[in-house]
Amino acid sequence: MRHLISTRDLSHSEAVGLLDTTIDMVDVRSRDIKKLPTLRGKTVANVFFEDSTRTRLSFEAAALGLGADVMTFTSQGSSVSKGESLKDTLQTLEAMGAEFIVLRHSNSGVASTVTNSGWVDSHIINAGDGTHEHPTQALLDAFTMRSRLLGEDARGRDLDGFSVVIVGDILHSRVTRSNVWLLRTLGAAVTLAAPKTLLPRDIDDWGVSLVSTLDDAIDQKPDVVMTLRVQKERMSSGFFPSESEFSSVWGMNVSRLRRLAPTAIVMHPGPMNRGLEISGEVADSPQSTVTEQVANGVAARMALLYTLRGESR
Amino acid sequence: MTLLIRGASLVGGSTADILVADGIIREVGTVTSKADRVVDASGLVALPGLVDLHTHLREPGGESAETILSGSRAAAAGGFTTVHAMANTSPVADTAELVEMVVARGRAAGYVDVRPVGAVTRGLGGDQLADIGAMARSSARVTVFSDDGHCVGDALVMRRALEYVSTFGGVIAQHAQDPSLTVDAVMNEGAVSSELGLRGWPRVAEEAIIARDVLLAEYVGARLHVCHVSTAGSVDVVRWAKKRGIAVTAEVTPHHLLLTDESARNYDPIFKVNPPLRTSEDVEALRSAVADGTIDIIATDHAPHTAASKDSSWNDAPFGMVGLESALSIVQLSLVETGHLSWEGVARVMSVAPADIGRVAGYDSPLAVGSPANISLIDPSHSATWSRESLRGRSTNSPFVGRELPGRVIATIFNGTETVIDGMLVEPETVRNA
Repeated sequence: MRHLISTRDLSHSEAVGLLDTTIDMVDVRSRDIKKLPTLRGKTVANVFFEDSTRTRLSFEAAALGLGADVMTFTSQGSSVSKGESLKDTLQTLEAMGAEFIVLRHSNSGVASTVTNSGWVDSHIINAGDGTHEHPTQALLDAFTMRSRLLGEDARGRDLDGFSVVIVGDILHSRVTRSNVWLLRTLGAAVTLAAPKTLLPRDIDDWGVSLVSTLDDAIDQKPDVVMTLRVQKERMSSGFFPSESEFSSVWGMNVSRLRRLAPTAIVMHPGPMNRGLEISGEVADSPQSTVTEQVANGVAARMALLYTLRGESR
Repeated sequence: MTLLIRGASLVGGSTADILVADGIIREVGTVTSKADRVVDASGLVALPGLVDLHTHLREPGGESAETILSGSRAAAAGGFTTVHAMANTSPVADTAELVEMVVARGRAAGYVDVRPVGAVTRGLGGDQLADIGAMARSSARVTVFSDDGHCVGDALVMRRALEYVSTFGGVIAQHAQDPSLTVDAVMNEGAVSSELGLRGWPRVAEEAIIARDVLLAEYVGARLHVCHVSTAGSVDVVRWAKKRGIAVTAEVTPHHLLLTDESARNYDPIFKVNPPLRTSEDVEALRSAVADGTIDIIATDHAPHTAASKDSSWNDAPFGMVGLESALSIVQLSLVETGHLSWEGVARVMSVAPADIGRVAGYDSPLAVGSPANISLIDPSHSATWSRESLRGRSTNSPFVGRELPGRVIATIFNGTETVIDGMLVEPETVRNA
């Protein structure tokens, strides 16, 4: 593995291996000295053409945790509108010494375009590309599920036998796409719940079940309910009529939480719209993993950098 | 100056010599008279000069991607003798002055007959009619009007345009794309776009506009031409309209006859084109539609873009691919070698029929004695891997670079003047002075 562009590219053993390495990184982070020297003298460039302070800080913490130097490039909007091409930006950063490029962009497929183009030799990590993928989010989500559902026995195991519901704006969700591919590789059963307007077309080969409402999904007693951030502008574009209607049909609230098994968990990739896709009480409940996901994010990204560093460029 | 083409295979299957003098075909058969120049055409198929109804030459305004001269050279290299230059230049071809300038520059280049397409609406804005009558009555004698790149989306504007253009005997070539259904759309909407997270361009956005337009054309009694049909559903609508007697013609591009949306999987913007590449079912339906005559013509939609503009993300890259040089090879591969079309059929869909739609004189009886000498000699048995050097325009945004393609244009003769000899373009000065 030289790059991580899509969770589709991860084999079962690579995926389980990354989750196991994440356990070790959680260990490191619980120590008094929270650092490994693995990437000392190496440079990680965070290249964010789309603003995401959380993800950028998480990657930064992960790189620093492995002793790397960090360069940060941020630019709102598309590179082309800034007058400098993507190609020039990346070649500039590599010329400054970057060996790992963490790339976030509002356009789908940018990370693939970069690895296929041969513009740079660096390891490329897709930190979210448009509505395509966000593979490190899926890794930290799978790690969180595995830790919660299997506890001490997690190492070496996958998610075979567990069921995961993903609910809300599937159409525009890079988190969903990365999660679906990874969860299937790990053996979990995935159900998507969304209005037709927020569901992509022709997804028979995704290998997931589809239901219309969150209640239908909860009837199946899932082990995990993953809620997604709803962009408020979707409402004005006519994908659904009102916030109250959305939350009444697809929002995770306390009465729905009570119908889940006590061991079941509720996830959210953040940042949350409390009261829209997830109610405040659910977000703050012991079954919510929201802050745990953030903590695991740093460890999962350390595990990825740690794993990629072993591969020649 | 007399030119004798010796031993060419005619599309009907026979072999003949063709004698050209003063730009006119003088004899076809066994020619015994001497000529100033003799071309050995044994093993070569003689096609009538090809006519493209849909070409973007980019001049004025986009000269970094293509010029009238460079695009004319690409056309000649592909076996064309007439191209229709689309109106979406900068400034837009919406006045008599501009279309006359395009004709003048085409004549100065001398490789092909450059026929300007006039805009339907002023500035391609979609609301006010362009100077349609002035363009039709100018020395450029514009017959084809199109806002290509944009759809004439408003139904009332389209109705008026169809009526007004028909007053001058012209035709509207519609880029069928419902604007509201395709906001920010960058590829075919379907399984692949869903997986790639790219904004989908649904087939219904094309089919619904074609359905509306054929009904409008019937209602007002006007001719309609549908640009770059890309879906099986569009074929069904056109077939229905023709059966009903509506005066509609349709074109398909070579790339839509071969490539599918699977090409988008690596996000290489070389495959980004509008309308988007569809599915293999659509490709099959389009091939059958050419075979049964539902689709009348092949048109290239040659759309040059600079390397820099395509060196970007899928979303940021412009739509379009060049196609003049590769058109005949792709038609051979996708239609002739698959048994959908004979060489006679190729002559029809790439020369006779497009000339008829554009009302271009001299193409109605291919290679007939007395016709202007517009001839393309091709070697169908040739096969080669395409490289950037196979492309003769200013831009190289072809999806076929690196691909093995059949067929080669050996010679192109434009009004009796050789523009391509032994597969090589003739130099501009030589063409100009001929």
